[in-house]
Amino acid sequence: MATRGRSGFCRSLPELELLLLAILVLLNGTVLSLESASSSEIHTGEGNNTSKKPFPVIGIVYDEVSIPFEISLWVLLASLMKLGFHLIPRLSNVVPESCLLISVGLLVGGILKLARDEVPPVLSDRIFFLCLLPPIILDAGYFLPIRPFVENIGTILMFAVVGTLWNAFFVGGLIYGVCQLAQDTYSEINLGNIGILPCLLFGSIISAVDPVAVLAVFEEIHINELLHILVFGESLLNDAVTVVLYHLFEEFMESGSVSAVDAILGLVSFLIVALGGVLVGAFYGILAAFTSRFTSHTRVIEPLFVFLYSYMAYLSAEVFHLSGIMSLIACGAVMRPYVEANISHKSHTTIKYFLKMWSSVSETLIFIFLGVATVDGEHHWDWIFITATLILCLVARVIGVVGLTFVINNFRIVKLTTKDQFIIAYGGLRGAIAFSLGFLLHTDHKKIFLTAIITVIFFTVFVQGMTIKPLVELLAVKKKHEAKRSINEEIHTRFLDHLLTGIEDICGHYGHHHWKNKLNRFNKKYVKKILIAGDRCKEPQLIAFYHKLEMKHAIRMVESGGGSKLNSSFPSTVSMQNIQPKIQSPPSARPAERALPQLTKGREEEIRQILRTNLQRTRQRLQSYNRHTLVVDPDEEGLDDLILKKRRMMELDWKIKEMTNYLTVPHAQGSPTMSRTRMASDSQAYVKPGAKGVPSIQIDLASPQSPDSVRLLDEVGQDQGLTMSLPSSSSRAYKTGGKDDDRDQQKLLRCLSDPGPSADEDEDEPIPT
Amino acid sequence: MGALKSTPDPIEYADLSEKTGYSLKQIRVLHKRFRELSDGDDVLRREHFRCISSLKYNPIRVEIIEAFFNRRNFSPSHQGSADEIGFEEFLVVMSHFRPPSPKITDEQRKNIRREKLQFIFNMHDSDGDGLVTLEDYRHVVEELLSRSGALGKETAKAIADAAMFEVARTVGHKDPNEFYEGITFEHFLKLLSNFDIESRMNIRFLKSDVNPFCQLCC
Repeated sequence: MATRGRSGFCRSLPELELLLLAILVLLNGTVLSLESASSSEIHTGEGNNTSKKPFPVIGIVYDEVSIPFEISLWVLLASLMKLGFHLIPRLSNVVPESCLLISVGLLVGGILKLARDEVPPVLSDRIFFLCLLPPIILDAGYFLPIRPFVENIGTILMFAVVGTLWNAFFVGGLIYGVCQLAQDTYSEINLGNIGILPCLLFGSIISAVDPVAVLAVFEEIHINELLHILVFGESLLNDAVTVVLYHLFEEFMESGSVSAVDAILGLVSFLIVALGGVLVGAFYGILAAFTSRFTSHTRVIEPLFVFLYSYMAYLSAEVFHLSGIMSLIACGAVMRPYVEANISHKSHTTIKYFLKMWSSVSETLIFIFLGVATVDGEHHWDWIFITATLILCLVARVIGVVGLTFVINNFRIVKLTTKDQFIIAYGGLRGAIAFSLGFLLHTDHKKIFLTAIITVIFFTVFVQGMTIKPLVELLAVKKKHEAKRSINEEIHTRFLDHLLTGIEDICGHYGHHHWKNKLNRFNKKYVKKILIAGDRCKEPQLIAFYHKLEMKHAIRMVESGGGSKLNSSFPSTVSMQNIQPKIQSPPSARPAERALPQLTKGREEEIRQILRTNLQRTRQRLQSYNRHTLVVDPDEEGLDDLILKKRRMMELDWKIKEMTNYLTVPHAQGSPTMSRTRMASDSQAYVKPGAKGVPSIQIDLASPQSPDSVRLLDEVGQDQGLTMSLPSSSSRAYKTGGKDDDRDQQKLLRCLSDPGPSADEDEDEPIPT
Repeated sequence: MGALKSTPDPIEYADLSEKTGYSLKQIRVLHKRFRELSDGDDVLRREHFRCISSLKYNPIRVEIIEAFFNRRNFSPSHQGSADEIGFEEFLVVMSHFRPPSPKITDEQRKNIRREKLQFIFNMHDSDGDGLVTLEDYRHVVEELLSRSGALGKETAKAIADAAMFEVARTVGHKDPNEFYEGITFEHFLKLLSNFDIESRMNIRFLKSDVNPFCQLCC
């Protein structure tokens, strides 16, 4: 939006959008009302049954496509809304998206009601639980940051289980008391008639923190990882509690009486629901991992397996009344490290994109439908009941969080401060799950319950959702730490893990390092061999991290201006020759190695030219659970070869540069480094004779050049007229047969463009080192 | 440093508790473990450590064992390494892994940080000259990757080189003719300034008793 002309255009765009939107909505309404019209064809001739009907040139057949048509219209509406909001920057900074979407839903619902005097029952529980919820949960589970999650699992479970139970009983019990106190036999709905069990049921529905709402709001405020994972983890894991409580109280209401045995059975049922869900998910996850091992020849359907297995996990869990959400999370988390080691880079990208897309649309639809269903439903507004519910929910949440933190802090190294507690309490948003569960109720008091639930949802989403961002700013809560991991930190993380494990062994204390270590060893020894294809299972994290870092450097370096700037973009003048112990360096060797390979001006220009023509944006790493900042990958169609070439050029350039800088300690003669330094001074590609190929990663800055890039050099040389002469030894490199090419190319592609998802933040192992 | 009496009475414990910050109960537990490791002896030697079976798989076991005998970990002014250590030294080394109490001032936190980082620095610096050279660092990385076989060796070099490079860059060496011999402790501190070591480098003694099944193989 630099030029005025463009800004003018952009300013009119939102209005255009809104106009389009209004048209669409009206269309939607009219179409839906037309649907009720039974006639399906318009006769062009007279409506005379006896005479021959002329051939209908134009007809309207709506019935057959009505359902998909409507669905598409809704999805389109949701997507257009999303577009619209992000075009109005000021609005999206102040108001979280969820609020806007609910408002839109209200609007649309209102329009539809006016148009047809009836609103389609869009938020039916089947649609919600079977279609809208799974993508969001799968997205969350697949990209769940395992390390913080497992480190804080105790706290999360405490909040999820004990906190939710506390909330349910507190709200349920006290609302019963309020009803009894406020009973009024002359009013339309006598509050005193609401028994204790329906109240408890109501309490259990309203007490669960909702993952969709939490995700929607917390994504925009970028708080630190700890708080995010605490609230989010709690919202995921309390599903088991909610399911159990809901069914429990429903059963009790049917049977009419409660006994001690039932309570114990309830407890057992909770364990079964939670653990069963996780087991089912893990089972499907392992299946998916195993399947992905064999997909090397049919790369196109790899993402499909991921989605299908996950969905099956969810449905299977729902069949047995287990916790579907936990099953989905377990499936995603278990299969991720193995699947990502097996699948191609493109599939990886596809999965990322599809998950983000679906979950995004799902979330939008849920909020819109919430608005629509509000307009639709039958409500009974009872001031006492509703205000009491609201206040009780808030109070229960605060007391619960404070009390639990007090207990938990005894067991935590990093204590939760008051500020943290406030954010956790304030972030307990209710959402559509509560609404759908309320919808499923069969009691007589459904109306009043539903109204109360909707009010609480609206309050939490609107009031708490809107104010949490300024509050976070006000309280100066720690934001997400966007630091770049340096390789030293990575080394020391690993070092520390091993050190602590060792110390635990020495003092005989089997702490969690010990078990983590055991699990990792087991994983490495058995599980990876089964579930990961080929030799990729040997790739340790540190190496993967390092390669990824180098790749990033290479890309960044080329971005910053191509060949000639390489020397200056490296700010320090330290070269590796300086990093050596005083004693060993033979001073005479120094000047020779120091001679930087002088790329002639001409060659530099050529390189820079090539790089500039193929310039592309840096590929950024995906923030695991931020839906809005998925950076668009550059055009992937048809540019593969070009990208590959360009990347290899970058690599080459980088290598040439690095060869001078990474001249390591001059060793005795014949050492690899020595020969490398000698050859590097010719600024040519070379192949170290007899180099044993690095098994899985071809481009390795330390190891000698792989045959691939040498081949490329030649190829590029022919294409682009680059006159780098290859040493004769490279002819030895042309051993790679045509068959291997694909595989190599793919490996190259895999590691060049996205060097292994295992380089993702500690996500490689289930319990990462 | 003299070896302690075979059964230190509570007064000695109180002394040690003062010095290292462990509670009396924890000291008792550790003493029990000490005697287990040393076969009833008063002093621990390196062979005793090598007996611990679960330590076998640890890639940096040599460094860990050495750390216990490194005099610099007993007190900052000492040098060299001992051949055998008594319970007091054992406890002092273990005190590096005590979790910090929740309410500490910033000053105290900085000191604790320094202490812990000094411990790690001493582990890297095998010859005790106060500098972690490229060789030392390379050795560290190689050991970390030692379980990856041939793949590890080459890349270990590269990684260590890259890491060293990064250190040099962070520290800001301007003159290319100057030798950068190694990482000093101050550089080390600066390098890991983002690393929250005071909350990570801890062993928690939640259970009051050591695990009876922690085996010694000899």
